[in-house]
Amino acid sequence: MFKQAIAICKKDFRSEIRTRYAINALLMFIIVVISVIKFSLGEEKLSAEMNAGLIWIIIFFATSNGLSRVFVSEEERGTSLVLKLSSEARSVILGKLIFNTVLTFIINFFIIILYILITDLTIKNIALFSLSVSLGTLGLSAVMTIIAALISKAGSKGTLYPVLSFPLLLPLMLASISSTWLTIEGAGLSAIAGELQMMVSYTIVVITASFLLFELIWND
Amino acid sequence: MGGLTDIRLEAVNLTKKFDRKTIFENVNFELTKKSSVAITGRNGSGKSTLIKIIANLLTQSSGELNLFSDGKKVKKEIVYRYIGFVSPYLNLYDEFTGAENLKIASAIRGISGDNSDSVLKQVGLFERRHDLLKIYSSGMKQRLKIAFSILHDPYILLLDEPTSNLDLEGVSVVDDIAGGYKKDRILIIATNDAHEKSLCDSEINLNKI
Ligand SMILES: Nc1ncnc2c1ncn2[C@@H]1O[C@H](COP(=O)(O)OP(=O)(O)OP(=O)(O)O)[C@@H](O)[C@H]1O
Ligand SMILES: [Mg+2]
Repeated sequence: MFKQAIAICKKDFRSEIRTRYAINALLMFIIVVISVIKFSLGEEKLSAEMNAGLIWIIIFFATSNGLSRVFVSEEERGTSLVLKLSSEARSVILGKLIFNTVLTFIINFFIIILYILITDLTIKNIALFSLSVSLGTLGLSAVMTIIAALISKAGSKGTLYPVLSFPLLLPLMLASISSTWLTIEGAGLSAIAGELQMMVSYTIVVITASFLLFELIWND
Repeated sequence: MGGLTDIRLEAVNLTKKFDRKTIFENVNFELTKKSSVAITGRNGSGKSTLIKIIANLLTQSSGELNLFSDGKKVKKEIVYRYIGFVSPYLNLYDEFTGAENLKIASAIRGISGDNSDSVLKQVGLFERRHDLLKIYSSGMKQRLKIAFSILHDPYILLLDEPTSNLDLEGVSVVDDIAGGYKKDRILIIATNDAHEKSLCDSEINLNKI
């Protein structure tokens, strides 16, 4: 199962490199949004809380733009039969989950570097800031993956995506924003332990539910 | 692999409805190795639907469909290992070449040995294997689907209108492959084409059910 999942994930990367379905839309979005923020801020400095909120808003819309493509593009092009004929549901969901997670990590790394460069943000606790963003990213990509799978079966595709994912993501986003904000201000581990715990358990629940749910939706 | 295992495909009162519209009702058959059957019927009678159900791509509304290997029921999740499938509803990846498509399919199946070259030769695409699928003609795409369906040497070959878009040489490729499969495995063709029908020894006519 793991070998097959890796093969699916590799296929998605090669496909992404050739077609740039997700990447092009993502890069444009990120560059536009960050430029707008830069122009509207001028020399003004934002509070840590505002910065954390902005970072996660960018991440949310960027990923909900790009990641919805993974299942929808297979369904639209009729290639999902290739996967159905060649592997089991759990290999497919695992492969897509790995692909989306790696892609989200790359995107978010890019967003944050760009954000720091443009707004001159100083992060006081870089290690825990990275941990917070990473855990948030993991949860985010897990939710986005299963929702993309659900939506690929629905009629209206892309437009449903942010609408459906937002309420589900709310608890994760709140925890991510608050621990990102606190670590920008230099908080230690004990101050954000609750948030970290929340993010980890949220992600575990979502991944477990994804495997169960995906078995049901994958075949018709 | 085909010579050893005893394989049996059994349908009991298979019925498919879309919403409340009944497509077909109470289809029964039992196929063992060395058998071949043509599924026939007018346009919209449910041939493609039935063949998708057999391939485990759709589920029936009621009735039972089971595959037995050496007398043991094969779990639904791994039925795909036994099945080769060609259909107008199947699309391979446009952004990859013919050879890449087959290599990727083998990798996703978790097959270690790679016989994509020999299968490509068999369907007459070896010379064009490094071209992107995007620029393949419709007949070449059809040939690649056939290559994809036999890549893993399946026990059951399901063909939905297999010779559509094929030239004479392509049709004879299908004839050869179909002939080989019905000799020691199971061959099922959904068709209205007289030639395709003639490749099978029996017939299920969905108009008459
Ligand atoms: N997803 C679906 N939802 C609702 N109805 C469907 C769906 N798929 C197929 N049908 C209907 O089921 C019927 C059978 O379709 P199917 O494609 O199996 O016919 P067929 O016998 O293969 O026809 P043809 O000879 O044209 O290939 C048709 O009336 C079709 O409209
Ligand atoms: Mg049909």
